[in-house]
Amino acid sequence: MKTLDELLHEHEFFKDFKPEYLELMAGCATNVIFEAGQYIFREGQEANVFYVIRHGHVALEIHDPRRGPITIETLQEDDVLGWSWLFAPYQWHFDAKAVKLTRAVAMDGKCLRMKCENDHTLGYLMMQRFNTVLADRLQQTRLQVLKLYD
Amino acid sequence: MINLTKTPLMTQKQLANPMQPEPFRVKRVMKESYDTFTLELEPIASERLFTFVPGQFNMLYIFGVGEIPVSISGDPNQPAMLVHTTRIVGSVTKAMSKLKAGDVLGVRGPFGTGWPVSDAEGCDVILVAGGIGLAPLRPVLYQTLAHRDRYGKIVLLYGTRSPEDILFRKELEKWRARFDLEIFVTVDYGDSDWHGNVGVVTKLIPKAPFDALNAVAMVCGPEVMMRFTAIELQKRGVRGDGIALSMERNMKCAIGLCGHCQFGPTFICKDGPVFTYPQLQSWLAQWEV
Amino acid sequence: MTLNISSNTKYVLESADFQQLIDVLVDMGYRVIGPTLDHNAVTYDDITSVTDLPIGWTDEQNAATYRLISRADEAFFGYVIAPQSWKKFLYPSQVRLWQATLANGSFEVAPEPEKSQPMAFIGVRACELHAIAIQDKIFLEGDYVDPTYHANRENLFMVAVNCGQAGGTCFCTSVNTGPKVETGYDLALTEVIDPETHYFVVEIGTERGRQVVEQLSVRAADKREAKLPKSITDQTATQMKRYLNTDGIKELLYANFENARWDDIAQRCLACTNCTMVCPTCFCTTVEDMTDLTGQQAERTRKWDSCFTMDFSYIHGGSVRYTSKSRYRQWMTHKLATWIDQFGTLGCVGCGRCITWCPAGIDITAELEAIRQTKGTAEAKKEVSNENVG
Repeated sequence: MKTLDELLHEHEFFKDFKPEYLELMAGCATNVIFEAGQYIFREGQEANVFYVIRHGHVALEIHDPRRGPITIETLQEDDVLGWSWLFAPYQWHFDAKAVKLTRAVAMDGKCLRMKCENDHTLGYLMMQRFNTVLADRLQQTRLQVLKLYD
Repeated sequence: MINLTKTPLMTQKQLANPMQPEPFRVKRVMKESYDTFTLELEPIASERLFTFVPGQFNMLYIFGVGEIPVSISGDPNQPAMLVHTTRIVGSVTKAMSKLKAGDVLGVRGPFGTGWPVSDAEGCDVILVAGGIGLAPLRPVLYQTLAHRDRYGKIVLLYGTRSPEDILFRKELEKWRARFDLEIFVTVDYGDSDWHGNVGVVTKLIPKAPFDALNAVAMVCGPEVMMRFTAIELQKRGVRGDGIALSMERNMKCAIGLCGHCQFGPTFICKDGPVFTYPQLQSWLAQWEV
Repeated sequence: MTLNISSNTKYVLESADFQQLIDVLVDMGYRVIGPTLDHNAVTYDDITSVTDLPIGWTDEQNAATYRLISRADEAFFGYVIAPQSWKKFLYPSQVRLWQATLANGSFEVAPEPEKSQPMAFIGVRACELHAIAIQDKIFLEGDYVDPTYHANRENLFMVAVNCGQAGGTCFCTSVNTGPKVETGYDLALTEVIDPETHYFVVEIGTERGRQVVEQLSVRAADKREAKLPKSITDQTATQMKRYLNTDGIKELLYANFENARWDDIAQRCLACTNCTMVCPTCFCTTVEDMTDLTGQQAERTRKWDSCFTMDFSYIHGGSVRYTSKSRYRQWMTHKLATWIDQFGTLGCVGCGRCITWCPAGIDITAELEAIRQTKGTAEAKKEVSNENVG
């Protein structure tokens, strides 16, 4: 059995994190498993967590009354799910569904926010990592909305 | 490390009568999606074989309607059958979509450069296709799978508009069952029946299983997609000169004499359609070239 | 005609005997084409007689200006160049490529027969010889040979004529294509005219040319006469008013793909396609497919096309070059830069036709110079931001 900080260390998101920070992170972490079809979170719910996906397949969906759920993006191994925990009002914007059995590490957002508040070096590091994820997603979304294949 | 710019891309022999269409008979028309279809054509003369290299295109002529360039999507090892896959975008493709078995259409070709299939021997082969861009890459899959032992990993990354737009669906399923070929498909818009990836095709690149330092990438799709794909491949560690792209422009003659397909110092029809990335890089980001 | 004609000697043909040249060429089976007057312009067309030539006329050419003016003398070749180049004979503006007929559920394609009568051009200028050499490179020396051009070019007999005066839009000296004819001719003539005499100094370029001269009433040129082709064209060179600075021209244009000057030109350019139609090296074409009313018979016609039209770069979804700015840039960058990469020469021979026939008077030499004098927008922006920092 691997310890939580070992699991985190293996994840792309925490690549090159210093051991003491990984340990700090592990203090806010829990191992989680989602069954295929299970919703991880729902739009509007309180967002106090983010997930580093270790294995599986997660669909971010938005529900349209006429068309049903529409998948906006899918996430896999080594991806990070959720950033609403970072910004007020800490509410999920989309639905997240495990498409197949998904193993992840859940990171307690409240706990992390506090740690970042107390240690701005850590806070900067986290912001840097999340901004990279956000920038990638934004760029991909921009390409997606171009309807390139029409 | 592979460097495609060192060797000129493959081309076929020149044609004796390059402006004159040769009649071919339609053997089968297959609907791929609501706006794409595949034509299987046979030469009228039964002994005639149509040889080409993957990546080349033909000019297809509908009697009295007009002529357009269409890439060849069939198997280069089956020269008795000529296969084209295209999308309905104008009057000629519309007329083409209405052809039935037994009808005749004109063929000029093959024209242009091919994919660096032989340069890729000994390397991992990464095919990145966007939309109808899978059609000109399919012959590469036929060719590399026919000589599977000559290549490292073979990976197809394919992005399309929606699950309904996926080309060659049955064949992809069949290929996906093989252990020596990896296929990843992603769509821009997925409905609740779609359990695959959603997102742009470039997103598949960081995680695709290949050795970037020993890979040849062949990319075909809309120009914007190819530009971003080349950037993403390079981020992953693929060298710029290990990337080949296939370009599209207006074409009338297909032999470099009508000027329509000029792109910077090249004519797409005869210097391309397949180019190495460094050949085009400085022109790709320019407007209205 | 007892003279033993040698290729290394220059000869004199009296203007009174000029008809012999036309007659000899006709007798040899050539379709003889030379300058003549049509619609108040010098035009290259079929000629049978010396009287067909534009005797006593010259052309005044300037940006967006062309008019015929009567000369004080009776010179045969006293004009500069015709609006349309010889391209219209070698690569005609409209050619049927083939006809097809529906039969037995298929169709049969019948290629057009190649024309057999060889042509003789009389009055080809130095810049025009260079233009033909450039088109030879495109149509004969590339991966594919164009059959129409090949058929017309093969056995072509060229009688070049040295320029006795420079036109208002000429700049051949700066692109090294004239005014003296150097190569590529069968015969080269220099017209010498003054109140007392009117004759042509004849230089022989080929064996075919020598055989033609054998049949003419010529005499060997004396020392003074033999020097006239050079001295007359030297004099012409001094009259050249325009200059195209070719120094680092390819790199200059590649580096200035973004330059405010293109926007400035776009304000004036009407995208009328005139420059491409009169250019002796422009080679773009399109094809048209047609059927007859019964739908049984189809044909394909090839026509001159121009990169100035919207349709030219159309791919499904729209035109790639959707502004006239990009279309002018494409044309000029092709002529003066990408052409070098493609064919190893400039695509411009300095004939000045594009300047004369531009209704807006856009001058390629002046536009190039303007680009040379300005900096690309990228560089300009950098300067601005540096100023802000300072």
